[in-house]
Amino acid sequence: MSQSNLVEIRDLNFTYDKRPVLQGINMVFPKGKLITIMGLSGCGKTTLLRLIGGALEPVKGYVKVNGKIIHELDQDSLYDMRRKMGMLFQFGALFTDMSVYDNVAFQMREHTDLPEELIHDLVLMKLHAVGLRGTHNLMPSELSGGMARRVALARTVALDPMLIMYDEPFAGLDPISLTVVGDLIRRLNDALGATSIIVTHDVQESLKIVDYVYFMSNGVIVAEGTPDEIRASDEDFVHQFVHGEMDGPMPFHYPGGNYRQDLNLQAA
Amino acid sequence: MPAVKAIRGIGHRTINAVWRIGMATRFFFLTLMHSGSSFRRFHLIIKELFSTGVMSLIIIVVAGLFVGMVLGLQGYETLKRYGSESALGVMVALGLVRELGPVVAALLFASRAGSAMTAEIGLMKATEQISAMEMMAVHPIARIVAPRFWAGIISMPLLAALFSAVGVFGGYFVGVVQIGVDEGSFWSQMQAAVDFEHDIMNGVIKSFVFGTAVTIIALFEGYDAPPTAEGVSGATTRTVVTSSLVILMLDFILTAMMFGGS
Repeated sequence: MSQSNLVEIRDLNFTYDKRPVLQGINMVFPKGKLITIMGLSGCGKTTLLRLIGGALEPVKGYVKVNGKIIHELDQDSLYDMRRKMGMLFQFGALFTDMSVYDNVAFQMREHTDLPEELIHDLVLMKLHAVGLRGTHNLMPSELSGGMARRVALARTVALDPMLIMYDEPFAGLDPISLTVVGDLIRRLNDALGATSIIVTHDVQESLKIVDYVYFMSNGVIVAEGTPDEIRASDEDFVHQFVHGEMDGPMPFHYPGGNYRQDLNLQAA
Repeated sequence: MPAVKAIRGIGHRTINAVWRIGMATRFFFLTLMHSGSSFRRFHLIIKELFSTGVMSLIIIVVAGLFVGMVLGLQGYETLKRYGSESALGVMVALGLVRELGPVVAALLFASRAGSAMTAEIGLMKATEQISAMEMMAVHPIARIVAPRFWAGIISMPLLAALFSAVGVFGGYFVGVVQIGVDEGSFWSQMQAAVDFEHDIMNGVIKSFVFGTAVTIIALFEGYDAPPTAEGVSGATTRTVVTSSLVILMLDFILTAMMFGGS
């Protein structure tokens, strides 16, 4: 494994109930870079994140993070590794029985012996970084979707992780929140010197902020490149995805029977 | 072949039931294994004691009062036939301490606190809070399950004791205040007949066993719930149904062991 790569994926295969989800995936995530994995819903992007986080085990191949093969780690070593990772879930996954402040302070209290005064300052700094210092007394139910996502982002980076994973960070956001969250992801990555992986199907926003793009379809990588290369790509798949076209190699309809027969229509 | 289909169905259900019992047992031991960290952070248990124990107080007190009053009324009607009204206190106290206190309190505990635990944990799972906790290198069984487990075990005997105490006062109110049974006989016969070790401690043991069973069923059902609205509602229903049946089954076994030969 190259010293400059924080995450390395080699010949990764994964199946759900004998249904192949990922097949022969090879990827590298260099340190300090912000990389996105794009593809249609159900193409295996989130599964890939879960494999990187050690929540799932591959049937073949491996994910190496910081030089260690994730699925070979015992529970204590895996938890040690996860302390250096942060993951932003699609809908934030804030703890609903805790205030915004307690959510952000959660990992600091669980994993460090920092005094409460210092935790207080750190929490407010993290919330300030996402523009929500004034919400520290609120409960998650009092936040809008975009605000909850930003609080979750503050919680994700609470312990300054070396690897940050984002699962659909742009889903369901209004245009302003979308730009704010995108900008925050880039700035946090650079400020922390972290490596970030964004799983998304929001092409335009992610191409603005990332260093490299992987395109996935049906569990395999179909294209990759820098944002400029992707924009200029004439591959059918990439072209259809980037420009949101109806016609192309990715079918809109899930395979089904004959439409006329399903509607019980007689042949004319 | 309908017969083959039926046999296959029975086999499938049996395997599924055995598998779930195995999973629940493993879950129980995992909870015990991760209990140390809960005791090191006792404030987590205190917080859960509030939501499982304190929040169940009203239903326990009100139910205990009415059950005691009914016992007083029915007991008086029966004892009067044999001229033994003065033994009403003994009947009410033994009925509550040995049987109704632990059993009815546990049934109420299962429907109020047990269902709430299942729904809360099931929803935490559905909203990815449990996955988020795992990704933060915090074991959900240590942080979420174990504190609730110990809060359930601590609160159940206390709630059962409260149920019995309030029930005795309910019986006193109906028997002595309303009907006119002699107050001295009511209390003195109760004091003479109720044995601390044989009656009260056995009742405490029962409520402890019921508390353990109800809490672990509620926590397991929540933790194992499919992360959907239907999954959580199904798990909540299963908690109440399974807990109720297990309480009644355990009650028979414990009663046979404790009082069967006496």
